[in-house]
Amino acid sequence: MNISLSLAPRSLTRWVGLLPFFLFAGLFLVYPTLYIVLGAFRSGVTAETPESVWTFANITALNTESVRNAYWISIKVSFISALLGCVIGFGMAAAVTLAGLPRWLKQPLLTFSGVASNFAGVPLAFAFIATIGPAGLITLWLKNDLGINLRAYGFNLLSSWGLILTYLFFQIPLMILIITPALEGLKKEWREAAAILGATGRQYWTMVALPILFPSLLGTLALLFANAFGAVATAIALTGPSLNIAPILLYAQIRGDVLGSPNLGYALATGMIVITACANGLYIWLRARSERWLK
Amino acid sequence: MSRLFAWGALIFGILYFLLPLLGMAEFSLSMLRDQYTFEAYRVVLRDPDFQATFLYSVMMALATIVMGIALVVPTAYWVRLRVPQARPLVEFITLLPLVIPAIVIVYGYIRIFNTSSFLPLTGTATGTNILLACGYVTLALPYMYRAVDTGLRTIDVGTLTEAAQSLGAGWMTILGRVILPNVLSAVLSGAFLTFAIVIGEFTMAALLDRPAFGPYMQLLGANRAYEPAALAVIAFGITWGCMGLISVVGRLSKHNRIAR
Repeated sequence: MNISLSLAPRSLTRWVGLLPFFLFAGLFLVYPTLYIVLGAFRSGVTAETPESVWTFANITALNTESVRNAYWISIKVSFISALLGCVIGFGMAAAVTLAGLPRWLKQPLLTFSGVASNFAGVPLAFAFIATIGPAGLITLWLKNDLGINLRAYGFNLLSSWGLILTYLFFQIPLMILIITPALEGLKKEWREAAAILGATGRQYWTMVALPILFPSLLGTLALLFANAFGAVATAIALTGPSLNIAPILLYAQIRGDVLGSPNLGYALATGMIVITACANGLYIWLRARSERWLK
Repeated sequence: MSRLFAWGALIFGILYFLLPLLGMAEFSLSMLRDQYTFEAYRVVLRDPDFQATFLYSVMMALATIVMGIALVVPTAYWVRLRVPQARPLVEFITLLPLVIPAIVIVYGYIRIFNTSSFLPLTGTATGTNILLACGYVTLALPYMYRAVDTGLRTIDVGTLTEAAQSLGAGWMTILGRVILPNVLSAVLSGAFLTFAIVIGEFTMAALLDRPAFGPYMQLLGANRAYEPAALAVIAFGITWGCMGLISVVGRLSKHNRIAR
């Protein structure tokens, strides 16, 4: 019976083996997402309009001060944390791969990055509260031993900059993990060829290495952006419902319908999908481009 | 000059990563005034809610791993063996959970599987548990599929299958006793990563109202001072443990792999 299945001539029967997977993905991944996205373009059912119709009203209704602000702060926090994560992660990865530091440093750094990039969510927020929260280790040390009151300087962990500082804890390691192979793919011959042609170290970086790395760098930036944009748990554990960013607003909407209409909630969620999908699409496209040079 | 810059970047990075870990460790030990004790850990570990939610999340993680393996291994195997043309589509689907935020997926669940739907999973506790496990399998799909597919690449799937078939093995035997043992280390590294993700997951569990470890941590964080730091240390230890186990199984498997 089993043999006959494997010898079946029609290629269609082969796809039957993938049926459980497609059923699962359809029911628990594709259908829920489509339901939300399509719901964003349907009108709500009220007493006056018992029929649900196709509409852009939900999307335009999102164009309010508070929702615009929520998206804008989210985008700002995600972008700045992605940019800083890229720059610092690149610096650290370049330091251990290219700059001639002891080789034994690299493996511990990569191992630690693997751990830290997965140490997100609620515990990460706790770690930062214990460190630079109002009664944190560094806050108290600065205040008692150096006389610097962070609060007086306007620093507050429960703000967008506090969020950025916290997100960097998983952004930098992710950058290190992704960019280290790319840095190792830079061939020694390129540097030597550039040097023979009289290039300085600076020229080598601006005219050879960075153009080759550029798709990887930009692609990772997009990935880190999406990574921060979808982070809900860290933000909620850090700031509670007080900070107005898109994921927290959506969380409040799911919990208690703060926007006053389920279809507005769908539109809010669809906006998040569009933004993360764009960022991830950019990443996938750029990664394919970067593989031309870096194998 | 460049070496100075390199040391600078590295030391800055190390300080940035060490200080929060130091801060949380110090905080977790200072529950009693003017001395370091494990009081916060004692309080947390004694808390029946901690025990219950932690156990719940461990069970959830194990269920997710079993379901994930049962779903991913046959699929990845079948794609390699019989329908290579399905590879781009299957890979695309497995990457979707990285694109669609978990909060959106669970929002869809709440709307679709409510009590008045064709599959009223959220109506009962058991149903919601099943739904949450399915949600976790979805979240773990990108990592699980990639790990298993990488494992399958290092073995000759076609020859192994034909050899097993010519000895009279059925599909269950082939999958369970030939393919699975050969990709065990890949499956295990996917499983440990899944464990690390599921054990502290917050969004899905909170929105589906399940008594999991993630929402418990968040609740404690909103109400207590020192216990959350102890929880963070415990969670960090679990993440370390999972990553350590991944590198251990990766190293153990190297000797029985063919070079390609």
